[in-house]
Amino acid sequence: MKKLGIFFFSIIFFLHTNLHSYSTNPEDFVDELVSDAINTLSNKDLNKEEKSKFIEKIALKNVDINALGLYTLGELRKSSEKQNIIKYQEAFEKYFLKSLTSRLTDYSSSKFEVVSADKKSSNYTIISSKITPENGDPEIKIDWRIYTKNPEQPLIRDLIVEGLSLARTQKEEFASILNSNNNDINILISKLIEFANK
Amino acid sequence: MYFKKFKKFAFLLAFMTLALSSAKATEECFESTSRAIFKFNMAFDNAILEPIAKGYNKLPNPIKVGTSNFTSNIGTLLSIPNNILQGNFRQVGHATGSFVINTSVGILGFLNPAKKLGLNPHKEDVGQTLATYGIGSGCYFVLPILGPTTVRDSLGMLADTYIDPFAHITIREKELLSASGSALDYYSLKGTTAVDFRADNVTNFDSLEENSIDLYSSLKSVYLQDRDNKINNSNVAQDDWSNLDN
Repeated sequence: MKKLGIFFFSIIFFLHTNLHSYSTNPEDFVDELVSDAINTLSNKDLNKEEKSKFIEKIALKNVDINALGLYTLGELRKSSEKQNIIKYQEAFEKYFLKSLTSRLTDYSSSKFEVVSADKKSSNYTIISSKITPENGDPEIKIDWRIYTKNPEQPLIRDLIVEGLSLARTQKEEFASILNSNNNDINILISKLIEFANK
Repeated sequence: MYFKKFKKFAFLLAFMTLALSSAKATEECFESTSRAIFKFNMAFDNAILEPIAKGYNKLPNPIKVGTSNFTSNIGTLLSIPNNILQGNFRQVGHATGSFVINTSVGILGFLNPAKKLGLNPHKEDVGQTLATYGIGSGCYFVLPILGPTTVRDSLGMLADTYIDPFAHITIREKELLSASGSALDYYSLKGTTAVDFRADNVTNFDSLEENSIDLYSSLKSVYLQDRDNKINNSNVAQDDWSNLDN
């Protein structure tokens, strides 16, 4: 009975840890999220797969993947059939998570610091931060576009690394693929699926 | 004679850039040719530039930092006339002060004491200067070895060799304040700058290569965003997210 009690307690604790929410203040939200990510990614007891799972979990909860998908689709989001948009968003999510995990699991030790916050509107706050690699490489400036329409659940919509927007780069890449394929969304979807499955 | 040639070139430059100012940078000049050149550049990068850059990264950090400071210090020379042309006299001070201090106290530019004194010169070239005059970028294309560019930036690159004091004493073989050099010095410096840049971006480039469905377009976007930031002397990305929320 005691063992069963410990077992249930462990499950509740595990669920609590994994459902842990970050602050609703955009500045603290970014700081807590990145600190959590750095702690996990630098944990030598976790293997690559466990780290990938962790990244996927926090991305699904804290990145506005649906909005990012629609943004990167450009004007085609207005003219495409709803069915195709749904198929595209499913493919985009898989593509996004695959691309994110492959970038982050090779994490190297760095110091993270939130520098400032700039509230652009009721919907957006830009959080400026810097990462200082411990190997002496130059510091990297990263701006986080945080969507704050629901103040209780801030969401990341874009990362701007040294002035280069990842969302804009993605959007222009997709636009090029669409342009050279008669704006056929199905070709883009198949390319996203192909990437996610490779 | 020299002045006459320069006048002709300046007229041609002004005419072409004005004529092309309405074309957007996102438009391709000749995409299939650019993609073929891009393929060649990638092969060149894989075979030559990347291995050299990876070897360069294995050098002790002080050597890498010193080399980077040295190339950057000479690069500052191009910023001085461009800042004058842009009427940005505060930056003229930063660039001139930085060059003088780093070349003397900083042992030919291998050290960067000017930074500690708060001098922070922005890199400026003729392409950026033309943009501040309101001249549009023209269409986008890829040059062999030199990589992504636009009509305005490629003409600017050519014009750089006319106003850059370092180019003046090396490829034009003139003397300036009793300093002189050869074309080899110029191309060696450009080559070293390219290796230093590539070495700094080994991880970024690998990540972009691994995560792109169409690397050509990703690099085009990165190039155009970077140019926009340099022209505006700012790292603030373009904001078109409100379209999504409407």
